[in-house]
Amino acid sequence: MDWAYIESVLPLYGKAAWLTLRTGTAGILLAALTGLLCAAAIHWRIPVLRKITAAYVELSRNTPLLVQLFFIYYGLPKIGIKTDPEACGIIGLAFLGGGYMTEAFRSGVEAVDRIQEESALSLGLTRFQTFLHVILPQAAAISAPAFMANVIFLMKETSVFSAVSLMDLMFTAKDQIGLYYRTTESLFLLVGAYLLILLPLSLLGTFWERRLRHAGFGT
Amino acid sequence: MAEAVLSISHLTKRFDDQTILEDLSLEVREGEVVVIVGSSGCGKSTLLRCINALEDIQGGEIRLRGDLISHNRKNLPELRQKIGMVFQNYELFPHLTVLENILLAPVKTQKRSRQNVREEALALLERVGLKEKADSWPRQLSGGQKQRVAIVRALIMHPEILLFDEVTAALDPEMVREVLDVIVNLADQGKTMIIVTHEMSFARAVADRIILLEDRRILEESDPETFFTAPKTEQAKKFLRTFEFNRKNKAEA
Repeated sequence: MDWAYIESVLPLYGKAAWLTLRTGTAGILLAALTGLLCAAAIHWRIPVLRKITAAYVELSRNTPLLVQLFFIYYGLPKIGIKTDPEACGIIGLAFLGGGYMTEAFRSGVEAVDRIQEESALSLGLTRFQTFLHVILPQAAAISAPAFMANVIFLMKETSVFSAVSLMDLMFTAKDQIGLYYRTTESLFLLVGAYLLILLPLSLLGTFWERRLRHAGFGT
Repeated sequence: MAEAVLSISHLTKRFDDQTILEDLSLEVREGEVVVIVGSSGCGKSTLLRCINALEDIQGGEIRLRGDLISHNRKNLPELRQKIGMVFQNYELFPHLTVLENILLAPVKTQKRSRQNVREEALALLERVGLKEKADSWPRQLSGGQKQRVAIVRALIMHPEILLFDEVTAALDPEMVREVLDVIVNLADQGKTMIIVTHEMSFARAVADRIILLEDRRILEESDPETFFTAPKTEQAKKFLRTFEFNRKNKAEA
């Protein structure tokens, strides 16, 4: 292992890690928002939207991210919609993640007893207030493990961003291997960088789940 | 005669092709306590659920001080604020403390100041003997305590009418009393209430009027003394007999 080389490319990996973290976080946040809206549409049984949501969930979960990215990056410009690589990555991740997040939130929302909703409605809360203040907090506790699994899964999925010429960690490592045959060092840095991003995320998730569980309800 | 708070006229409720309530009419006047009794599955709870539009209805209409209560009215949340409901299984929100449970609706829907409602909540909690539980979580309370919190949560909205749906049915016998005492107390304060219950001695004590619901309609309607001592219909007699126990051969003392 050539430590001098590793030191020399650290800034390069730092930049790449920042890109992975940035695009990953943006994509995940959008995915969570999408999932939340879809879960609400399903919960409220909004006539047409509910069907569209179901179709979207199947489409997003049953096509690979790489294919979705190609579609956005190479396909959309053909009908006049141009996207820069970073936006493409974020949108692709949000599209894929939205489906998974919908399922995570939906299962949580469905697990909240219907009479809890009736209890809130009978106090005069609107359907929206009921969802926001009564159903969602309880659903969040139930959905937390699935949500965190999705976050970690989606963050790792960013590794295919390199296919649309985003200079993320994967791209950088492949580049270094291709240019200088620094296979050992590159793989070492690649694994290290991903662990550095994902381990804290994972620990944060565990901490958060535990907090939710101990927030006075559940058991 | 006092003004009608709630008037139900020709109410019909069906689930698919099963008729639960048919052509049912009922008026509840200001300050009146109406107790609804009847065998299980006769539609008592469904009637209460229709009153605050948790169920849609297939015929007739329900009015709260003249305002039509309907599933597809925009002002349904506002009307529901005026109808307090207490459920059999309390239905406190498990993710909120006792005080937060009580504050949620008034603060969010009536835009009252938190400080103001908080003071009232604590005063009400004190009245039901639970002031020291304000910051507890629902799971830390006994069934009877939860139900008393649920009553306070309904009261803080200053409802025009209170609906009690078998509020002691899920309680251990020794906790029934503490909840019923609170309700009797509310009756003494002149609150307008509809109570569905299986506790006959409580019904007799608290009711201004007793209604026997059977076969999808109101079968008998009278003051409690008449209902318990001289029921008019055969079904009422039969219903009351289900609460009596007799041994044929009891050893002579």
